Amino acid sequence: MALSSRERRLASLRRLPPTLLIGGALTAIWVAFAIFAPFLTDYDPIKVDVIQALKPPGPDHWLGSDAIGRDIFARIVYGARYDLAMAFFGVVGPIILGTAIGLAGGYFGGRIDSILMRILEVTVSFPYFVLVIAIVAVIGPGLKGYFISLTLVNWVSYTRLVRSQVLVLRSADFVLAARGMGFGHLRIMLFHILPNAIIPSVVFVMTDAVLAIVLGSSLGFLGLGVQPPTPEWGAMIAEGQTYLTSAWWIAIFPGIAVCSLALGLSLVADGLARLLNTGP
Amino acid sequence: MSTTKESPDLVRVEDLAMDFATEYGTVSALRGVSFSLKAGEVLGIVGESGSGKTVACRAILRLIADNAKVKAGRILFEGEDVLAMDEAALGQMRGEKVAMIFQNPSTHLDPIMAVGRQVAEGMVMHQGATWRDARKRAVSLLEDMQIKDAPRRATAYPHELSGGMRQRVMIAAALACRPQLLIADEPTTALDVTVQAQILELLRRIRRERNLSIILVSHDLGVVAEMCDRVVVMKDGAVVEVGPVEQILNRPVAEYTRRLVASQPSLLPPARPIEKATGAASYLEVKDLEVNFYPGESLLSWAMRKPPQIVRAVDKISIGLRKGGSLGIVGESGSGKSTIARAIVGLVEPERGSIGIAGESLSAGLGHRQPQQLRKLQMVFQDPFMSLNPAFTVARTLAEPLREQSICVESEIPRRIQELMGKVELPLTLLGRKTTQLSGGQRQRVGIARALAMEPEILIADEVTSALDVTIQAQILGLFERLRRELSLTLILISHDLAVVRYLCEDVAVMRHGRLVEYGATDAVLGAPQEEYTRQLIAAIPQLSRHLQAEKVVPFRVECRSI
Repeated sequence: MALSSRERRLASLRRLPPTLLIGGALTAIWVAFAIFAPFLTDYDPIKVDVIQALKPPGPDHWLGSDAIGRDIFARIVYGARYDLAMAFFGVVGPIILGTAIGLAGGYFGGRIDSILMRILEVTVSFPYFVLVIAIVAVIGPGLKGYFISLTLVNWVSYTRLVRSQVLVLRSADFVLAARGMGFGHLRIMLFHILPNAIIPSVVFVMTDAVLAIVLGSSLGFLGLGVQPPTPEWGAMIAEGQTYLTSAWWIAIFPGIAVCSLALGLSLVADGLARLLNTGP
Repeated sequence: MSTTKESPDLVRVEDLAMDFATEYGTVSALRGVSFSLKAGEVLGIVGESGSGKTVACRAILRLIADNAKVKAGRILFEGEDVLAMDEAALGQMRGEKVAMIFQNPSTHLDPIMAVGRQVAEGMVMHQGATWRDARKRAVSLLEDMQIKDAPRRATAYPHELSGGMRQRVMIAAALACRPQLLIADEPTTALDVTVQAQILELLRRIRRERNLSIILVSHDLGVVAEMCDRVVVMKDGAVVEVGPVEQILNRPVAEYTRRLVASQPSLLPPARPIEKATGAASYLEVKDLEVNFYPGESLLSWAMRKPPQIVRAVDKISIGLRKGGSLGIVGESGSGKSTIARAIVGLVEPERGSIGIAGESLSAGLGHRQPQQLRKLQMVFQDPFMSLNPAFTVARTLAEPLREQSICVESEIPRRIQELMGKVELPLTLLGRKTTQLSGGQRQRVGIARALAMEPEILIADEVTSALDVTIQAQILGLFERLRRELSLTLILISHDLAVVRYLCEDVAVMRHGRLVEYGATDAVLGAPQEEYTRQLIAAIPQLSRHLQAEKVVPFRVECRSI
């Protein structure tokens, strides 16, 4: 029991769930690719070179080239910037909006809560993809539309997660104590309830980021995502689709990229869940 | 080895050692525990939480957690080693020979199965009875447990029954297969004293009628003294002392046992003379307080203008305290005693009535009160595991009220925190710890320090010791007594335990169903109760002092007179 603080810290590192370490490493690799893209390849991801079109993987083009001669490897590492941005911005909006609504509804309860919950139910009752596509279509394709539409649709998950926690916490003795000491609602919500209510959301955010990437790629595939010639994995898969029998590398490699990043984030989510559930 | 004595032991635990693998490494739960039980005997196991008493009992049924490992020892049941039994023999033993009842009947009964069926289930599973037969026997068993209107009750679900009723159902289910041994793990801890007395009486009767052996696990020496022939005292996974009840209570050998006996609230040397407060008779004055709850209120019922359901939690209560006085409010769960506390602090808004401090009337809700008024009234809560923000360190917990309510200037905060820690007798090394890393007693002290940070004049303590071990409980009560004296606090103590109130309070108010049953000086009310309910309440307390020999007695004198 009597461990020094250094020993304890070492032990705590070893206690980290393996899924968290593996997932973290996988995600970190993609982040490194995105940051150091210019150092990893000499090719310009959007430069057209028709003579080099449809080259199979080889010494010149490590992962081959596409129909207009762009290097697939260069497009994937530069594309990581867009896909990671989608993963990040795809969850940032929803978690902020969703948490705020869940916190307010759960804390104040009563009519405020009832009204917020009805709005939530209306949002949920629309078919998910149809709603996203409709909003993107109104705002216009691209990262901005994607960001806004996801925020408007995905907040519901976080609201539910946070609210269910807040409902329990708001009558916890330490919250009553805070009220008894005359603290304001905002202070109680932000410092006493939120830190204790946010854990399930932190776990879920990783899973949600995976879904956001897949959704972004799907929108790219439909032509509603990032616009050509921007390198983005979903768009690349869409372009390679017609060549699947003759030049498989155009679609397969970005496909692998999407899968590996998604896998990394899922593993992080799994690891975080284990870590946080067992408590500090 | 197992049959060296004349009457063979029914259960014999020999040198049992068990480890638990936790994330902080291996923890020894049991370190060589030995005890035995003869047929027909009632054995008590006492100890504080973490002493291993529950682990040892469950091991008799080989109910061992996944992360636990038996390192050494044997458990013999009728001469057979439980740890070496095959699954079939184990299943037979669990169902038919040994039964167990638990502390919390609401979590150990299946919520979606009628209780009669739950009692009958064991007979069908273990004795091959038909459901029809079993159900008939279940009803007669429930009748035997003094459940009124048993045929109808048998079709009820657990949530439709009261806590005491559920415990009776659980005992019936345990007895369904006529076991030889009943293991009762804190069977009455979650119950009110009057209900506890009934359940203990029931256990005594079935023991007599069925010649049952019982192992009773409890933290309450009073319960053990009333029920048991012999007592095993456990601490930190080891047996400290074994012996007949009279010997353990009167001539304890081990230092720890002595401390345990001395810590029982009913044996605490009275904090007398509680000097009578001398201030004006109405420093804190509560008049005709009435609090209603409206369960099931929703947007729908509001929109449909349905008349709300009303539950009257507090019904026209008037109490008054002198400055520096102390009042105990006692009653069973649901009597409204906590609601009064919350109404006074402002956490619930009363329907009617007034609350005044030193002649100044307080607004009903927290939101309408002046910061100056808020500071005067602070509360300490029951459950030390829920009353501190788990995300905060101790230092932050104490700094927050000082800073937010501008009780002192920023530069003075560290010194104030140190003072507060000193007042509640906590070492400063704990300041950097998260509140989740503290023990129950330490947390309760932090909770008290946090309330003191506001420099209150009136401290309201809501069941502050009921979640703590007796030895810790005695320390916390002592702390309250000292703080009250030194800071001349006015104290309101909410408790279900008359002994705690007697120790600390000059006045007592007995509550039932939201009303005051009896109210007056503690000596008068507990010594010569006027109301039937107060008498019941006093009679229901397990009488430890009765088992103590006269010259050793530091008795619950007031109560002894009344019985």
